[in-house]
Amino acid sequence: MRISMDLELQDTPGQLKHVLTPISDLGGNIASIVHHHDKKTFRNTVPVSVIFDIEEQTLEELQDGLEQNGVTVVRIGKMRLRARTHILLIGHIIHTDLRDTIDEIDGTGFAEVQDLSLSMPAIDGPSSAIITIMATGDEELKKSIGILRQIAERKDLLIIEPLDERGSPGGVSNEE
Amino acid sequence: MRNSQSLLTISIIGFGAVGQGVATIVQNVPRIKVVAIADSKGVALMPDLKDVLARKRGGQPIANSNLTALDVIRTVDHDVVVEVTPTNIHGGEPGLTHVREALKNKRCVVTSNKGPLVAAFDELTQLAHTNGVALRYEATVGGAMPIVNLIRDTLAGARVLDIRGVLNGTCNYILTRMAEEALDYDQVLSEAQDMGIAEADPTYDVAGIDTACKVIILANAFFGRNATFADVDVTGIDRITQDALQLARQRGFAVKLVGDVQELAVSPKLIPIGHPLNVSGTLNAASILTDTAGEITVAGKGAGSIETASAILSDILSLMRDRS
Ligand SMILES: NC(=O)c1ccc[n+]([C@@H]2O[C@H](COP(=O)([O-])OP(=O)(O)OC[C@H]3O[C@@H](n4cnc5c(N)ncnc54)[C@H](OP(=O)(O)O)[C@@H]3O)[C@@H](O)[C@H]2O)c1
Repeated sequence: MRISMDLELQDTPGQLKHVLTPISDLGGNIASIVHHHDKKTFRNTVPVSVIFDIEEQTLEELQDGLEQNGVTVVRIGKMRLRARTHILLIGHIIHTDLRDTIDEIDGTGFAEVQDLSLSMPAIDGPSSAIITIMATGDEELKKSIGILRQIAERKDLLIIEPLDERGSPGGVSNEE
Repeated sequence: MRNSQSLLTISIIGFGAVGQGVATIVQNVPRIKVVAIADSKGVALMPDLKDVLARKRGGQPIANSNLTALDVIRTVDHDVVVEVTPTNIHGGEPGLTHVREALKNKRCVVTSNKGPLVAAFDELTQLAHTNGVALRYEATVGGAMPIVNLIRDTLAGARVLDIRGVLNGTCNYILTRMAEEALDYDQVLSEAQDMGIAEADPTYDVAGIDTACKVIILANAFFGRNATFADVDVTGIDRITQDALQLARQRGFAVKLVGDVQELAVSPKLIPIGHPLNVSGTLNAASILTDTAGEITVAGKGAGSIETASAILSDILSLMRDRS
């Protein structure tokens, strides 16, 4: 499950490991970290937002671990990836490019590539891939499709998007 | 109209697949009289339809006069010019002059030729209006599939919010065969050329140009866009691979070339297999989103001699109804 947490850290160097270690110890995967240095609190702490993927049942243990490390947990948000779309890519898709592309979308913190099938018929012929993108909402999904479009343009890939469903532009289908 | 109430006189300008289809089916309509038929080489005045069809099919000249097509349009007294010369997307000629002259001479125009409408939609509809005659073009979009008149007449009470469609039979045939038979693009293209479904130079269809023309006509007719070719964002089907279609299929999608009228865009799209726009073979389909009637989808034969002629005949018949 994707989790967003608002935390407060002491404004001294080396605090971040108090956050990262417990998350990775429990098998979590960080997607994004933002320090809000400009919003320092009167307690002399710095607000930090972290987005990561982790098993839902480890959350309580994680919270204990963070608090033992002196990290204040202000808010825990469970992000449901409700919006989903499929995108077909055709062209000279090189594996590393695809990896970058996926990383870029995963790095947004609001969307991720969940499923990828690749077909590479001939060495110098064009290859094809289909990916599924999940995002927290329709707007976020549209943003991630936008990222993909830019990449496709840069790398001269043909991208084929789903027909918009009426009433929810962006080829979005909502699923709980 | 000036002629007697009972008889409608028409000329057929262009005598290829569609022109011959029109000549064939109007033979069975008692109140329509063909006063002239023109091809690129000459004009048959007061033609015997059976005879002129046989001559054309036998490769013989049809002309029995020294008139040109333009002479017919300007000087031969008749009600309706059926303009069915080839579509030319660069400026619309020779159809544009034919249509202009017909309207200026107060003749109604029924056409399947997209060229003039893509080049000068507003000018021509204005010209028709000023001269008090009708310009009808059901056959330009979707062949036999009703769309223009469906929206204009049947759906008159609803506001059309968007129209999207699979509007090119050649592309649809190619994509359908590639997906269903796991064949490569080049293979299916040659097959389509053999069958007369694709032209020797397929660019006009596979690059999305034909679909773009239809999008322009619908956008101008129903959204007042006054769009021309340069306004449409066009991606064709020529880069689509068989593997891509298989990958899409595994996830429950077909790939179709879709024209989106509100967006002025033509591009291949993933369409859920069960979606009403997922029509196969050479079929066309269009989905019309309205404010009060919801979404309405039509499908039908987008091309073919008799099929396209049937749309032309429906326009001619509605002119007759308007007259009486
Ligand atoms: N075929 C379809 O299924 C279909 C469907 C929808 C719309 N359309 C549109 O309908 C129109 C006709 O299509 P088509 O398939 O019938 O085309 P076609 O078979 O190529 O026939 C065109 C006809 O126009 C004649 N022509 C060319 N220049 C002329 C001129 N300056 N004056 C008089 N006649 C001229 C040609 O004469 P020659 O015989 O001497 O060459 C030919 O008879 C096109 O605009 C096309 O885009 C066609």
